Amino acid sequence: MNKDILLCGVGGQGTVLASKLIAAAAMREGHTVHSAETIGMAQRGGSVTSHIRIGEDIGSPLIPFGAADMILAFEPAEAVRNLHYLKPDGIVIVNRTPVRPTTESLHETGYDGTKEIEYLKTKCKCVVIDGEALCAPFGSARYLNMIELGAVSATGVLGISEEALLAEIEAQVKPQFVETNKKAFAAGREAGQTNEVK
Amino acid sequence: MRKEYVMGNGAIALGALAAGVNLVAGYPGTPSSEIIENMAKYKNGEVHIEWSVNEKAAMEVAASAAYCGARTLVTMKQMGLNVAADALMSLAYVGVKGGMVVVSADDPGPISSQTEQDTRMFAEFARIPVFDPTSPEEAYEMIQDAFDYSEKYETPVLFRPTTRVCHAYASIETPEQTAPKEYEGFVKDSKKWVIFPRLSFRNHAKMEQRNPKIGADFSDYRYNEMSGSSKKCVFASGVSYAYAKEYLKDHPEVRFVKLATAFPFPEDFVLRALDGVEEVLCFEELSPYIESALLKCIGTHGLNVKVYGKLTGHVPSSGENSAESAARIIGAFLGVEEEQTGIDVSDRPELPVRPPVLCAGCPHRASFYAVKRAMEGKKSYFCGDIGCYTLGNAMPLDMVDTCLCMGAGITMAQGLHWMDKEAACFAFVGDSTFFASGMTGVVNALYNEANMVLCVLDNSTTAMTGHQPHPGTGRNMMGNVVDKVSIEKILEGMGVTKILTVNPLDLAAAVAAVQECAGLPGVKAIIFKSPCVAITKPSAKVEISENCIGCKKCIREIGCPALIIKDGKVAVDESLCTGCGLCAQICPVGAIGGADHE
Repeated sequence: MNKDILLCGVGGQGTVLASKLIAAAAMREGHTVHSAETIGMAQRGGSVTSHIRIGEDIGSPLIPFGAADMILAFEPAEAVRNLHYLKPDGIVIVNRTPVRPTTESLHETGYDGTKEIEYLKTKCKCVVIDGEALCAPFGSARYLNMIELGAVSATGVLGISEEALLAEIEAQVKPQFVETNKKAFAAGREAGQTNEVK
Repeated sequence: MRKEYVMGNGAIALGALAAGVNLVAGYPGTPSSEIIENMAKYKNGEVHIEWSVNEKAAMEVAASAAYCGARTLVTMKQMGLNVAADALMSLAYVGVKGGMVVVSADDPGPISSQTEQDTRMFAEFARIPVFDPTSPEEAYEMIQDAFDYSEKYETPVLFRPTTRVCHAYASIETPEQTAPKEYEGFVKDSKKWVIFPRLSFRNHAKMEQRNPKIGADFSDYRYNEMSGSSKKCVFASGVSYAYAKEYLKDHPEVRFVKLATAFPFPEDFVLRALDGVEEVLCFEELSPYIESALLKCIGTHGLNVKVYGKLTGHVPSSGENSAESAARIIGAFLGVEEEQTGIDVSDRPELPVRPPVLCAGCPHRASFYAVKRAMEGKKSYFCGDIGCYTLGNAMPLDMVDTCLCMGAGITMAQGLHWMDKEAACFAFVGDSTFFASGMTGVVNALYNEANMVLCVLDNSTTAMTGHQPHPGTGRNMMGNVVDKVSIEKILEGMGVTKILTVNPLDLAAAVAAVQECAGLPGVKAIIFKSPCVAITKPSAKVEISENCIGCKKCIREIGCPALIIKDGKVAVDESLCTGCGLCAQICPVGAIGGADHE
């Protein structure tokens, strides 16, 4: 199996843990995995990406343009920013809730993510999830990464079982948060099953 | 054996442990910092690990340990090698007994650096070998080889991964148990360990006789590889080799050469690789190192081979390479039609830009703002430094007029003072940077009678590179609690007579401290002391009451990411607010409350 998954979002949204869990779940199922992440200055409120490459035969640690089977986007503008990585028949899972940059408060451009979501729908197969609404019952935007993972699992594109992802959540999340994280994962799974577009 | 899924820096740490390293020293710097952090996590047995005060100190600690026959590792980013260069240049002449590997991580792009310098050039300059891994897996194996070569030729060797190798993750198989090397101990021999002009003359000659031998040895090195047999040939090294491989997977007939050891140049290997070749493309990052070395080799041997690369404009002279640029550049060289893959995104909407900013609640924001307020309308220069606080340059703070290199803010404030005595000259330096290279600058100011205000932004950590401890934190990498080195006492001991310590989150007190110091002659110091928000628990978040008149002064003055506009009104992003309360002290109508620092 060869699969390339790009995760993208804004520093602080929890893309790193999500990428670790996907990589670990793929390894749990016996696959060879490579990944790469944004680290350092760019992390602070900047655009961040994680590249996950599942399979034996890879050269580049980063996914080449037009090769990703899936983009898992935590933010609408970041999904569009990285869309050139997607295969023409790839799928984008995107959270519709925007993260407005600090500069936006100083110079209003009206960015709210709707234009970006519409654009994505014209370009590729998408699953649009409402991160804000889905996180609300859990009382924190921190559960967005589990919701996104649940949506990934629902699409079945990765060829990684739900059990493997859940097992990694149990192994890597602090014990007192495991149950809530699993509930967020289940909520994401449901959203992923019902929200596919095109 | 056990399997670990680690980043390239973790692979380097595991490789060094497998090689029996006895001592590891370094200074944090992206992309190298995680080597020492992983080392502390994985070590077993008596390995000494330290964050040294700077790269030069790390180099010297490791050098004398290697004199004892121990295996030592030094880690830094590429610009750290400039700091350590004084030690390394001389050490190249003296040599070592135990294996000594100097990791200097290059940063093409640059992604988190001030320069695009190339450690391979440095190796040639210092006349010592350099190893250039293409992946984390290879880095794990290659660093073990590097120790062996270092010991075999009794010379320190450079090991230069780049950002994309350091930060790529892979599975590494490593022994369950590793043991540090047994070593002889220091044997006194002043003819060997004491550098004098005579020794340098003699050893320089030895180095120049030795290097071609190492080049010959490298000609059979396992990671100098070639495949294919075409008349057109691609040379690559480091992660650029991985990008090229991604493309050449589908063109196995093309002669494809990996050069893992740029210096000493493995000439026999290269001549074998060039056999039957008419044209070469050098696909490499940073300097055209391989390209220049090939031109030299082709000239020496009178070969009829054309060489393309950075010098001919076929490969960009700056920035990093990628799988895309590999496909485009190598494809054009081979004359292969480029096929369009992927989705056409030429019509995409304009996207918001996200420049890096100081975190919500960052005490540096408060420190910069206090100085800005205190010096409003007065001629002032603000010399910045390397660390999170470089981000104080962003609007609306706009409080960094210069930034050059580690520690330079303190001395540059003095240069500005001498050229413009009317102006108040401020230097901003972080706590870790103060220890690394700030102290001598303060002595310079005292001795030469400069007028300046030193602002130490003390957040009790090395924040930018991932929160490493330093001499002021009271913890070290051996896991021990130690006496904190006091910045205040250092300044006092040097002879700074005016030293104020304030909490920057108390705006009125911080502004008053700046005003008090700005008016005095000589060297004044203000220590703005408040811990980094990333290592403390947030307090009660601020709330905006109905009294808000919507003037947006809070947003316009400090640009905190937690202050947002929602439905046309100023609001607090609760997921970001740490309750620092700075905004509450700025609001003209007292509409912001709820935090601890009201």
